[in-house]
Amino acid sequence: MNRSLPTKKWKQLLSFLAIVLLVPRVLPSDYYFLILNIIALNAMVVLGLNLLIGFAGQISLGHAAFYGLGAYISGILATSYQVPLSLSIPVAVIATAFIAFLVGIPTLKLEGHYLVMATLGFNIIISIILVQWDSMTGGPSGLAGIPHLKLFSVVIDTDRKFYYLVWILVGIFFWLSLNLIDSRTGRALRAIGEDPVSACALGIPVEKYKVRVFVLSAVYAAIAGSLYAHYVTFISPKSFDFFYSIEVVTMVVVGGIGSLWSGLVGTAVLTTLPEILEIVKEYNVLVYGAVLMLVLVFFPEGLFPGIKALWKRRKN
Amino acid sequence: MIWQQLPQFIVSGITSGSIYALIALGFCIIHNATGIVNFAQGEFVMLGGLTIISLNQTFHVPLLVAFPLTILFVMGIGALLEFGPIRHSKSKDILILVIITIGASIFIRGFSPMIWGKMARTLPPFSGDTPILVLNAAIMPQTLWILGISFVVLLCLHLFFLKTPTGRAMRAVADNRMGAALTGINVDKIVLLSFVFAAALGATAGVIITPITATSYDSGVMLGLKGFSGAVLGGYGNFAGAILGGLLLGVLESLGAGFISSEYKDAIAFLILLLVLFWKPSGLLGKGEIRKV
Repeated sequence: MNRSLPTKKWKQLLSFLAIVLLVPRVLPSDYYFLILNIIALNAMVVLGLNLLIGFAGQISLGHAAFYGLGAYISGILATSYQVPLSLSIPVAVIATAFIAFLVGIPTLKLEGHYLVMATLGFNIIISIILVQWDSMTGGPSGLAGIPHLKLFSVVIDTDRKFYYLVWILVGIFFWLSLNLIDSRTGRALRAIGEDPVSACALGIPVEKYKVRVFVLSAVYAAIAGSLYAHYVTFISPKSFDFFYSIEVVTMVVVGGIGSLWSGLVGTAVLTTLPEILEIVKEYNVLVYGAVLMLVLVFFPEGLFPGIKALWKRRKN
Repeated sequence: MIWQQLPQFIVSGITSGSIYALIALGFCIIHNATGIVNFAQGEFVMLGGLTIISLNQTFHVPLLVAFPLTILFVMGIGALLEFGPIRHSKSKDILILVIITIGASIFIRGFSPMIWGKMARTLPPFSGDTPILVLNAAIMPQTLWILGISFVVLLCLHLFFLKTPTGRAMRAVADNRMGAALTGINVDKIVLLSFVFAAALGATAGVIITPITATSYDSGVMLGLKGFSGAVLGGYGNFAGAILGGLLLGVLESLGAGFISSEYKDAIAFLILLLVLFWKPSGLLGKGEIRKV
């Protein structure tokens, strides 16, 4: 294997940190922090999903459900039961992980379109519960008055403060994920993604690894979801329907499947695109669809690798 | 007693079930030719409904003429989808092609409010609305139209696949793409044809359901999803499975709404779908792929 990888990884990570710290100095208005924060939350979900789709080759259209469970469990505990956030967030994440584990065992035995359908079905069931169980969730009108995050004695109540917190967390998860894909587990996942049957023949416990990476990706989504709830302080079921699941899978694919950095690019592009498309007003949905099609038709290997290849060709 | 309503629930379940079956068949035809899930299938349904409303209500074209015109128009859209993005995609990777169809469905959903606005619109029933009473169940004439037209479409499709050379070629491609190409079948043409057929099936479903449930620019999403679920339930790619799966889903939904809770009817339908998949991972009539090492 490539021996220079660890130093390369450090360099990448340090530049990532430098960018995170430098960006606030050059941003003209606080509005941009809101977008950057949403990018960070999406990036967290995409990170886990990339491990699942890009490495283990298992497609899920149900991750909005885990994102929603993280948000709602922590939000409900903090508002209706006055549980402190230092407890409500971990409980939300652990509970979501447990649900993902229970759902994952039978679901990940399915393959291809059947797996897509099962995860999608799970997402729809959770969405319906969030809408219908209004005594608990606040129903379609949502759950309001969720407290802000508090770190020691600092209340994270501005976009700028949340920016530092969320991006540092993204950095940490990124680092953990980079290490994971270079480990024995990562190689096992890649083998499963290549061909589950030969992975099994090599002695890799395929089912166990699939469930584990599924739970891990659900944990990333649940953490992002609970952070989201305590950031925007108001949540409604609409944010967690299967459209969001489709969106995050699209981010993985548009960035470039199987590379964490590409996933980050895909997330940034597809999160900002609707904001940019505000300029075409009522044509925004139409143009979004057209851009999505064009990118995939012409850059199927992903936006990030595609642009890199173009750049190289130009240089030569 | 609620049990007396059972025939009513079953009738309404079979009605929506046959709509799901038509949509599910569209999913299967495209899957068999290309291996992809066409997420724009629901948009064909929506386009079918809205086009016939425009033709009939705005331009006063009689239904008998407007129906085929609508189908032809949506077939054209299906052809465009294949001839444009799908055919020119640089990658033939399934996941990429599936996301291209997602892009296409977003595009169509962004495009249709420009013509039809965002309001839901409806069509008068094909032949009045005096219900016919059979066994405690009040059957609307439109229900009979839906069942009749679905049956005729299925019969035509069956004969087409069984008797015509093109139908046989389509089955050959579904069975073995490479083998079919080697015997001289033009696979590109078959793929194009499969999109056109799927569009026609979707549009038919859209036209016949519009008098019952109003159609708006976004009503294709849920219907497409139900069709996909029906196809998966029966065994993805299997025609008989798609019909069985679609009907079963419709009946389950209707019984769930009637006996348990109408708020949770979709949740019940999807829960049962999940349980069936856990029990039979390749759907009810799916054969289950043989794993190759």
